[in-house]
Amino acid sequence: MRIFDFDKEVRFMSLRLPALIFSTILIVGSIVSLAINQLNWGLDFTGGTVIEVGYQQPAKLEQVRQQLNDVGFGDAVVQNFGSSEDVLIRLAPREGVKADTLGDQVLAALRSAGEQVDMRRIEFVGPQVGDELTEQGGLAMLVALICILMYVAMRFEWRFGLGSVAALIHDVIITLGLFSVLQLEFDLTVLAALLAVIGYSLNDTIVVMDRIRENFRKLRKGEPEEIINVSLTQTMSRTIITSGTTILVLLALFFKGGALIHGFATALLFGIFVGTYSSIYVASSVALLLGISKEDLMPTEVEKEGADQEPLV
Amino acid sequence: MLNKYPLWKYLLVIFVVAICALYASPNLYGEDYAVQISAGRNATVDTGLLDQVRTELQQSEVETKSVSLEQDQILVRLKTGEDQLVVKEVLEKNLGGDYVVALNLAPATPDWLQTLGASPMKLGLDLRGGVHFLMEVDMNAAVNRAFEQMEDDFRNSLREERLRYRRVEQLSESVEIQFRDQETLDQAIGFLEDNNPGLLFSDEGNLVVRATLSEQRLREIREYALKQNITIMRNRVNQLGVAEPVIQRQGSDRIVVQLPGIQDTARAKEILNATATLQFRLVDLDHDVRDAVEGRVPPGSQLLMDRQGQPQLLQNRIMLTGDHIVDASSSFDEYGRPQVNIKLDSEGGTKMSNSTKDNIGKPMATVFIEYKPTAEKNKDGKTVFEKQEEVINVATIQARLGNSFRITGIDSPAEAQNLSLLLRAGALVAPIQIVEERTVGPSLGQENIDLGMQAIIWGLILILAFMPIYYRKFGLVANAALLVNLVMIVGVMSMIPGATLTLPGMAGIVLTVGMAVDANVLIFERIREELRDGRSPQQAIHHGYDSALSTIADANITTLIAALILFAVGSGPVKGFSITLAIGIMTSMFTAIVGTRAIVNSVWGGKRLKTLSI
Repeated sequence: MRIFDFDKEVRFMSLRLPALIFSTILIVGSIVSLAINQLNWGLDFTGGTVIEVGYQQPAKLEQVRQQLNDVGFGDAVVQNFGSSEDVLIRLAPREGVKADTLGDQVLAALRSAGEQVDMRRIEFVGPQVGDELTEQGGLAMLVALICILMYVAMRFEWRFGLGSVAALIHDVIITLGLFSVLQLEFDLTVLAALLAVIGYSLNDTIVVMDRIRENFRKLRKGEPEEIINVSLTQTMSRTIITSGTTILVLLALFFKGGALIHGFATALLFGIFVGTYSSIYVASSVALLLGISKEDLMPTEVEKEGADQEPLV
Repeated sequence: MLNKYPLWKYLLVIFVVAICALYASPNLYGEDYAVQISAGRNATVDTGLLDQVRTELQQSEVETKSVSLEQDQILVRLKTGEDQLVVKEVLEKNLGGDYVVALNLAPATPDWLQTLGASPMKLGLDLRGGVHFLMEVDMNAAVNRAFEQMEDDFRNSLREERLRYRRVEQLSESVEIQFRDQETLDQAIGFLEDNNPGLLFSDEGNLVVRATLSEQRLREIREYALKQNITIMRNRVNQLGVAEPVIQRQGSDRIVVQLPGIQDTARAKEILNATATLQFRLVDLDHDVRDAVEGRVPPGSQLLMDRQGQPQLLQNRIMLTGDHIVDASSSFDEYGRPQVNIKLDSEGGTKMSNSTKDNIGKPMATVFIEYKPTAEKNKDGKTVFEKQEEVINVATIQARLGNSFRITGIDSPAEAQNLSLLLRAGALVAPIQIVEERTVGPSLGQENIDLGMQAIIWGLILILAFMPIYYRKFGLVANAALLVNLVMIVGVMSMIPGATLTLPGMAGIVLTVGMAVDANVLIFERIREELRDGRSPQQAIHHGYDSALSTIADANITTLIAALILFAVGSGPVKGFSITLAIGIMTSMFTAIVGTRAIVNSVWGGKRLKTLSI
């Protein structure tokens, strides 16, 4: 079975300009939203306390708020989590109170009415730890980008390296933008998802770049733009099937994985869409813009690659 | 162009897969409900206890799967969770307070697999339920205490040496001493330097000497504070009766405490934050211990038990409390006998000196006091603490004691070490604070496992259904590779001792399921292209695999870079995700490239083919 039957090349690059404008709008929009709305930082980064409790019947949120208000937690954010029986309570870090006892105080308050309240989860992160995690997260992102840039530049060509890193930054900013616009909670698992998006998007980009390199060498004639079009067409089928299978499993994760993993699945789902798009339009466009040409891709040392590894298969 | 593997390659593939399957298999057996008995401070677990446990269990008529002695612990395997609670109660009641009885889940791995070192994957706290604490040691307090100590020391030693000074003052990170004349100052510097290795003295002019701590000394102080806290945490966690606690240092000033299966976090925190103190008291020689044992305790005295269970009658008057102890360490005296060296602060030294000068030749007892939480709660819902006093040592005062003395006549080096540890526990140099807590209730843990499994199974079903539709028989080959890949991930996760499966880790497996087929998609698309270009099926297979190889390698290596960075920088949940992702990438490269090729070669290789089912 074949869904995508591209006998003739599709002229992807002719849409380069509209794509560029589209990407720019998304990026600018994301940055504006990040500047204005900022991210809805999760507990891991802000510090504070989160308590998840389970009731036997659907929980009455108003009553929970009242109970908390009575013991001086008027600022608590109370919401359902996953199901109507589950309640999530968020408390900001507070001065003067021994933070590590907050969770237990809240539980005691909720149980005071004699209702059976199940402790499902308590998470407390001190403000200092929160700051460190933010720092570490940013660092991880930066180090990942640099390492990948180095690897791609080494294996391919600096124009490709820049192109793929531009695509990655594009994906990360737009995914962050989505989280900012929708005010989805940004916690450690979302950060992990973001790095996985980097890995995935790069995966996609490299497959395309690999084909571009191959075609530059194989097709003796042809403008760079044409060769990129041919390469994108040839890899289109694979790009869509792989994105498709990944999206399938992520949908399974989104719908079956439970509320704790929602943010993670959302970031990945969206990131894979953006990553697929960016490996077609951003990475190749940037390489083209930087003036990639046949001569750049003719080094002899790389050509031996397949021969080296042949005994493996 | 026959697409045939040599025999050894087939064997290699089968061998690697078989090993992984073997080590993955313990996960199929699940876990037994178990009760675990380990020794408290004053007891040992031996075959005698094993017999006792067996008898108790027979009397309580609970059906057991097995009772065995494993690594200084007795493990009772049971059939149901209810039995587990019953047995715990029975054993706790009948064995007494010397043993720690804890609920546990013991892997039901068959013996023959255990001898191969196979065990199921470790589950993270988010899947098992339990508490994770990150505690921070207040290093400023530790260093500050050292400066206070210095200030005291200088005053006393200079006075003793008759080196007159005008003032001694503690500043934020130094201690300043002002003298009356240059000559005394020079003398004092020489004297102080000789007596205080690890301190730096500098002449600041204006007859002022500034003493600071050397980098190395500062490091030692911090290191000591951290280690002391870790030791104390270990002691306290042992009281909690947790089956497999983790107490580890993290970085330079933090301690990670993980208590799987603990549900009552409030109680856990109370125990971890409990205080312990020490007292030095004289033994009451004026009255008879036997009278006291029979209930006639004289006023002004108290009857306490020592660690051997012998009664000791002590005077109520406290000579010294443990907070004056600066350091305690075990070593050997000149005859090679174990001893404990104790260092007091100067106030403690003075007190000790005053209270021992008239009591030379009399026995002095060291009492260790702990506040242990009980099962009772007071009306505010707080746990009621029970004061537990125990005589940990009785020694005869040989001379008037100062701020540094030693306890000799200790039976064994191990005993000396234990005593020094208890002495230190009585005087925490630096308080600790919980900076991060993650508690997962047991119901949520099980729910997370179920959700994660569902996501994996659904993801798998979707892919398994899709691949044969799109790639026909080759799709089935990819499916086989995918299933083997899952087995390999589980196998490798079970083999690596430090790897734990977490909820994000399960998400990583789901993601791997989706991405693992990518390598096969690349290869199959390539084969289709080659076929369209008019190559023969065998050639198409050969070229398809060959030309896709470097692309697959590049694409996977970059994802691996991302996963490794996640692992290096990330903490907790992120680490769990990166481990499964990294393992999944590596195993999927093996199954998707070498594994599928082996199947393709054995099915289609070496035959004359007109068409391919792709």
